[in-house]
Amino acid sequence: MVSIKRSDGSQVWRKRTTGQSMVRWFGWLVGVAVFVWAWNFISEATTWFFVWDAPRIAGDIFSRATPPRWSYMEKLWEPIWDTLNIATLGTIFALFMAIPVAFMAARNTTPSRWIVRPIALLIIVSTRSINSLIWALLLIAIIGPGVFAGIVAISIRSIGFCAKLLYEAIEEINEVQVEAITATGASKLQTMAYGIVPQIMPAFAGIAVFRWDINIRESTVLGLVGAGGIGLQLSSSLNVLAWPQVTLILLVILLAVVIGEWVSAKVRGAII
Amino acid sequence: MLRLEGLDKTYATGDRALKAVDLEVSKGQVLALIGPSGAGKSTLIRCVNRLVEPTGGKAYLDDVELTTLSSAALRRERRRMGMIFQEYALVERLTVMENVLSGRLGYVGFWRSFLRRFPQSDVDEAYRLLDRVGLLHMADKRADELSGGQRQRVGICRALIQNPALLLVDEPTASLDPKTSREIMRLIVEMCRERGLAAIINIHDVALAQMFVERVVGLELGALVFDGTPDELTPDVLTRIYGEEDWEATIEKVDEDDNEASQ
Repeated sequence: MVSIKRSDGSQVWRKRTTGQSMVRWFGWLVGVAVFVWAWNFISEATTWFFVWDAPRIAGDIFSRATPPRWSYMEKLWEPIWDTLNIATLGTIFALFMAIPVAFMAARNTTPSRWIVRPIALLIIVSTRSINSLIWALLLIAIIGPGVFAGIVAISIRSIGFCAKLLYEAIEEINEVQVEAITATGASKLQTMAYGIVPQIMPAFAGIAVFRWDINIRESTVLGLVGAGGIGLQLSSSLNVLAWPQVTLILLVILLAVVIGEWVSAKVRGAII
Repeated sequence: MLRLEGLDKTYATGDRALKAVDLEVSKGQVLALIGPSGAGKSTLIRCVNRLVEPTGGKAYLDDVELTTLSSAALRRERRRMGMIFQEYALVERLTVMENVLSGRLGYVGFWRSFLRRFPQSDVDEAYRLLDRVGLLHMADKRADELSGGQRQRVGICRALIQNPALLLVDEPTASLDPKTSREIMRLIVEMCRERGLAAIINIHDVALAQMFVERVVGLELGALVFDGTPDELTPDVLTRIYGEEDWEATIEKVDEDDNEASQ
């Protein structure tokens, strides 16, 4: 927003100066040119025959994948139960580990800004930046395949996410309430329990159900690498091209995710 | 009872908020600390219970020197100094009862307080105080359901249940309407009289201060510039504290208030 003085003395008010408008116009021109050039490049590198063929192939797979093989369901109950357990236990363990990390990372509660806080931030970044599938691959090599590897993979992957959101909530608390508790002669731990914890409870509950919701999705694919759950059935069905089974598995996953979403929405609504 | 000797505070930004303040408050004396915004009133009372660390000088509560105490000893002394805040500073998501009982945290171990298992004597005292301020029926309400005046009453209970010898009161009426402000001031002064407590009350409403206290101290740019009775607050004195302004109206209003109160 700028005010511009004209030579005749009148004041006009525009969003941008003439110079800024020119720069923006030129920016758009360059952007469009790059887009057209990139489009050409991709087009040349694409085998268009396969693309034109895609609808027919998709139709073919669809016709082979329907109807789902319902009788296969009896083999899915246990893995879907495992999947839900991986998500739930993984989330609970992650929260236990995330709480101390969050308190160490928050500027207003960290015991030391120059040593402990960077370590906590490093834990957050490193656990967050590696996908749970990759964690699962690593953990299977270390502790062998199975549900336990899946739980550990999910919980490690979730620490960073939960700790980051939680420490942001801790940094946003009202310090005066903490001051008031400190002034009564309360110890550090009591100040935390009375001054800080009540203030972050809604955020904590929200984070917990949100992450649980995400973890249900993530744990459905862990079986692809052998870390337990329904992903194992998915990968073996895909390998033998048993399309009706794949359809059923996808439907089951969809149902689990929808239920998870519904539960977490209910819980969040009840708390906030 | 409380004695400040050359108390000094320079913030990390270089602002010198307190300039060698000397002040003595005797047992049971209620004192109003007046002065313009930024004069260092809040800093002064926070330096006493060391929510803000003073950078120089000494503060004695009875015979205990406060500025050099270890953190454990400081916590013990803080129990003897109740604090009341401008925006009430209740923990909003806790109940009224939890807020009042939090005044006992200095006396109760962590697990007992965490599990809300306070000694029965503390619970009785909390109910008694809530009854005294007329909020017994609100005991199990959450603090954020209360009105401003009610919250400040809970704040007063929290300070009193500490069984303090001194109250540090920071702008208790700044966010309240005129009538509630007087009620709160009256309550604080009454409670001090009943229990023989000394109090330092930061307040920017000069007329209100004059109505309720026996001693007024004026702070300007971190230095004491006035110490006397409410009657001695003349336009000259107010000009010294706050700067040039027509003060007759402020003081006249006080006279009317006094008449009203005495009738």
